[in-house]
Amino acid sequence: MEPLRTHQGLVYPLNRTNVDTDQIIPKQFLKRISRQGFGQFLFYNWRYDENDQLKTDFSLNDPKYINASILVAGDNFGCGSSREHAPWALQDFGFKVIIAPSFADIFYNNCTKNGILPVKLSENEVQKLIDHATATNYTLTVDLEMKTVYDSQGFKANFNLADYPREMLLNGWDEISVTLNYADKIEQFEAQHVVY
Amino acid sequence: MGKPKTIIEKIWDKHVVHQEEGKPDLLYIDLHLIHEVTSPQAFEGLRLKKRTVRQPSRTFATMDHNVPTVHRNVIKDEVSKKQMDQLQVNCEEFGISLADIHHKHQGIVHVIGPELGLTQPGKTIVCGDSHTSTHGAFGALAFGIGTSEVEHVLASQTIWQSKPKTLNVKVNGKLGTGVTAKDLILAIIGKFGVKFGTGYVLEYTGEAIRDLSMEGRMTICNMSIEAGARAGLISPDETTVDFLRERKYGPDKTVFDQVAADWLDLASDEGASYDAMVEINADEIEPQVTWGTNPGMCIPISGTIPNPDHAKNTNERNEIEHALAYMGLEADQTITSVQIQHVFIGSCTNSRLADLTRAANIIKGHKVNSNVRAIVVPGSQSVKIAAEEQGLDRIFKEAGFEWRGAGCSMCLAMNGDIVPAGERCASTSNRNFEGRQGTGARTHLVSPEMAAAAAIEGRFIDVRQMPVPTA
Ligand code: SF4
Repeated sequence: MEPLRTHQGLVYPLNRTNVDTDQIIPKQFLKRISRQGFGQFLFYNWRYDENDQLKTDFSLNDPKYINASILVAGDNFGCGSSREHAPWALQDFGFKVIIAPSFADIFYNNCTKNGILPVKLSENEVQKLIDHATATNYTLTVDLEMKTVYDSQGFKANFNLADYPREMLLNGWDEISVTLNYADKIEQFEAQHVVY
Repeated sequence: MGKPKTIIEKIWDKHVVHQEEGKPDLLYIDLHLIHEVTSPQAFEGLRLKKRTVRQPSRTFATMDHNVPTVHRNVIKDEVSKKQMDQLQVNCEEFGISLADIHHKHQGIVHVIGPELGLTQPGKTIVCGDSHTSTHGAFGALAFGIGTSEVEHVLASQTIWQSKPKTLNVKVNGKLGTGVTAKDLILAIIGKFGVKFGTGYVLEYTGEAIRDLSMEGRMTICNMSIEAGARAGLISPDETTVDFLRERKYGPDKTVFDQVAADWLDLASDEGASYDAMVEINADEIEPQVTWGTNPGMCIPISGTIPNPDHAKNTNERNEIEHALAYMGLEADQTITSVQIQHVFIGSCTNSRLADLTRAANIIKGHKVNSNVRAIVVPGSQSVKIAAEEQGLDRIFKEAGFEWRGAGCSMCLAMNGDIVPAGERCASTSNRNFEGRQGTGARTHLVSPEMAAAAAIEGRFIDVRQMPVPTA
């Protein structure tokens, strides 16, 4: 995983609440057996019509968002299915940071394991960002070391992220290697733990 | 006696391998269930790093999401076949037991775990699937994980987890006749919303929960994730113990009673405290039907479709308008006026023998409405065989239902069983998200009884008012 310390990027506003992982990546694309190449299917049913043509009424298809790397959305983002294909698709499409008032637990976790930074801000702050990004080409900077989000016009907000995922993201660590350092402890545990 | 503890704390404390300030706990996993869709990339990861599976015997695999429910010998969908073949290869290479499509134990992962006695009170259980919460019905701490975590558990048999907050969902009183566990969990999510459980493990308590069968408890815990909670559980009692007696992978007969006594000790102590609590009265609950595009958008069968003009704020207004447009419904319309074209009885929420039996009791002596296509998909091959032994297949088939092989099927429509765009389905599954049962498909979540009644009438009807069958 690539380390992520600060990120500056164009914001894409998705003004919807309860965006579930079935929307982020519909099931017909879950049949692949490698991690790559899911970006093309991101928000498929919103981006494409029955004939697999790009829809003009879905904002992400607007060429002005083509280089967006920060997604800002409504409450309870990533609810539903545990499919990690959702963060894989977001990442492959180019998103590195997702900002919302709240996230579903599994999705939130899945993001941090894939080098995507999930940022929780208040409803008010999120609404401001959505309004800005809808009106203009809007760039934000996210600083994971300082746990802040800011723009060049004076917007600034702090966010929280637990130390553990933060350290993982900052260093781009492979979690399994970290855990395997505890192999002895796992072995000791197994020696006294009975499972029927 | 120490401080009273909840079952969640008791299970947690028994599974901590390593604890350190400022870090989540390293938690031991007793049972890891895997299926074909969320595991291939995990095995790919192991291979790339030349890692092995730490405890193949604590891992169990099945095929469910992709499997066809008809013509199972030749899998026409090449990509599905590849995914299933890959699971076979992975299980062989890493020494993991697999119930493949032709195995007599094959079925939906959350149906076979309990059925085989793999699921037990006090275990920590994970699976790359959000409905792993189902297993909490037995008093296990069971939650869904992503594929990176699947890889992590395969390699280490552990997972890093912060101790969750606890939420007591107390259900007072008794459910009325014709009102089921499914109606109860829909009513809970309808009342408290699709994210009231986020960040918590739910424990369901109260008289109405105690009265439920294990099947009913599984239906409740299954949908905890639809309330935002990764896990939901119910303290074990005699009902739990009775269900688990003489299951294939359960404790041996010689030690069963002793193990069962330990299970009962896991129940939350009197006076244990929770971080939060919600309460609901079972007596007031009617059969429920979802009208919108998330499980919280549900109403009682006597109700009407919400009107955006009565929304609390703009967000809610937008959400209602969007859902009405997608679902092709009018504000203030009665739910009983809504006609359906499909009925799906199945999924890890409602595909067990008890579910099929109750649906069959409604169907008996009736015919499926001529505008409706109805299918029954048993949750496992064992359920299918048991149902056939009791003649349930005949009742369904004579009424005009299709009787299928076990799998997830139309719950997520990955295997070719789909609802066409713009058509409406009364479904016993757990998610009514846009496109869940097929692009443009319109899903209404209901209990098996309500689905059966809707199949006969061609529209939603209060199952408590169904005419008594003639036969
Ligand atoms: S039946 Fe549906 S919800 Fe259950 S595991 Fe299968 S796809 Fe998931």
